[in-house]
Amino acid sequence: MGHSTSHSTETPLVTGNLSFHELTELVARHAEKKPPMGWYVAIGISSLLLLNLLVMIAYQVWNGVGVWGNNVPVGWGWPIVDFVFWVGIGHAGTLISAILFLFRQRWRTSINRAAEAMTIFAVICALLFPTIHVGRIWVIYWTLPIPNQMDMWPQFKSPLLWDVFAVSSYFIVSLLFWYVGLIPDLATLRDRARSFIRQRVLGIFSMGWTGSNRHWRNYEKAYLLLAGLATPLVLSVHSVVSFDFAVSIVPGWHTTIFPPYFVAGAIFSGFAMVVTLMVIARKVYGIEDLITLNHLEKMNIIILLTGSMVGFAYITEFFIAWYSQVGYEQYAFINRATGPYAWAYWIMMSCNLIAPQVFWFKRLRRNVPLMFAISILVNIGMWFERFVITVISLHRDYLPSSWGYFTPTWVDVMTFAGSFGLFLTLFLLFLRFAPMVALSEVKGVVPQADPHFYDQESS
Amino acid sequence: MKKLLAQIKASMGIYESEPVYGLLAEFADPGALLHAASQVREAGYRHFDVHSPFPVHGMDKAMGLGNSLVGFFTLGGGITGFALAYWLQWWTGAVAYPLNISGKPFFAIEPSIPIMFELTVLFAAFGAVAGMFALNGLPRPHSPLFYSRNFTRATDDAFFLHIAASDKCFDLEETRQLLADLGGYHVELLAAQE
Repeated sequence: MGHSTSHSTETPLVTGNLSFHELTELVARHAEKKPPMGWYVAIGISSLLLLNLLVMIAYQVWNGVGVWGNNVPVGWGWPIVDFVFWVGIGHAGTLISAILFLFRQRWRTSINRAAEAMTIFAVICALLFPTIHVGRIWVIYWTLPIPNQMDMWPQFKSPLLWDVFAVSSYFIVSLLFWYVGLIPDLATLRDRARSFIRQRVLGIFSMGWTGSNRHWRNYEKAYLLLAGLATPLVLSVHSVVSFDFAVSIVPGWHTTIFPPYFVAGAIFSGFAMVVTLMVIARKVYGIEDLITLNHLEKMNIIILLTGSMVGFAYITEFFIAWYSQVGYEQYAFINRATGPYAWAYWIMMSCNLIAPQVFWFKRLRRNVPLMFAISILVNIGMWFERFVITVISLHRDYLPSSWGYFTPTWVDVMTFAGSFGLFLTLFLLFLRFAPMVALSEVKGVVPQADPHFYDQESS
Repeated sequence: MKKLLAQIKASMGIYESEPVYGLLAEFADPGALLHAASQVREAGYRHFDVHSPFPVHGMDKAMGLGNSLVGFFTLGGGITGFALAYWLQWWTGAVAYPLNISGKPFFAIEPSIPIMFELTVLFAAFGAVAGMFALNGLPRPHSPLFYSRNFTRATDDAFFLHIAASDKCFDLEETRQLLADLGGYHVELLAAQE
């Protein structure tokens, strides 16, 4: 009963007072008609970048990892920075789908599909980097427990192996979650399809979904359980990524704050990427009624919250370094802020801690060009955070005789640029061929979906 | 045995009735559908189902469906994943190829927790999805419901109630009358003639 009364008082989640059929039209037609000109331009650029990525990978596999700037003492350079960057971005989707679902934040329905897709594509980009970073890509299967001719097994005591399991489990679970969510909407597309091939292909992927309530019952239960499973999983993945650093004894890495701090940073960067993509997509596809300014404002609040958490963690690290009274630890942090890489540190600080503070003001939170700019700044800042953690900590550790300065090579830069090509190409294909908004869920949150909506009308 | 199988299939929404499959009626809105479903159940029907573009709140109760069993599949999956991770790390580390790495024990719980956790979640998710498909009898690309041209709107904006001919209360005229009385329109006979 509480449900029915609350609808009339709350601000609507979807504006425009659209009927069910109008909602279907609004979303489904983009997967059916020819895409706008801008789409062709965008995919042209992104596939060129993707081609560049493939060339870079081939060049690196042929020549070895020496083509990168990684060298003693900085053995983990850009590839690991890029890996953590992409994994971090890949956290927003599952956070929106799973955690906001459990908290009954029904505004998530408009953005969860695209955010989940973004997650999956970001994790694909992330998985790429450690795969090529091992140097001998042809033996990457050694990281998996597959019986082999040497009778040897992976080293389960290593955080790097935990990472293999964490990130691949996360990828598979996110993919399942996304696909389960897609099934009813693929059925909608199937029932609208005119051509024979389209009907067959969508018929296979939608599994013969009929919208039966006997099916919805199991479906909703499975979705709830997947959300419950994905919630601890999403928190664990970046924790395990942080173990790669925290379990070692390098000053600046060996800290217990890493897991929560990495998770907050991941959510922060992921939400920024969602804002970047959604601001463009809602405009280009004319779905401002579905992804409203209220949605963007809520995401900006989360960006403000997580950005401040990350900034708090930066300051806490400094405090703990002082409080520990360990000289190496103290030096590591003073060197971050004042050493040869101070520029990177201050880019990180200003983009991650200072820039999002503008979102304290409601007017600025609802300003689309401003939030777009901030979201880009946050992504730059979060890339630099991983650069700061990885490179600055390694370049000067215990022995001054082994200090060095890391410089990336053109292959580093081009590979990273190429990973954006992979990400954007996949995302553009998603926008073209799949329903970009979770239709069945959006229909479920409009007031007409409530069976008691009609009681009030008749009485 | 055959009866049990038919019962299980009916719980998935698969009814064995040839050549007449059942009657399909459209309703105006989720409220009318909810009302119709509870009335159809009251009239004694069991082999019936409603089809809507989104799950209708309160429909499980109206149709008299209990809690979904997906949870048990998920639990089974989770236990499997946990056991697999435990066994894998213990057997490879302590039995198959014990390797002394900086004097650490060949197997200990503490460093094994992350992978136990990940595989528990992974297999529980497999269980949830596989269980959902199994309980729904999906994939089922050919359903007799698709004989109805009107039914393509079930995934768009229309609300349907379908009573299967396999129901013991099913009577072509009476059932048709009941659906019409409840406010159903476009009442269609689904039969495998095409």
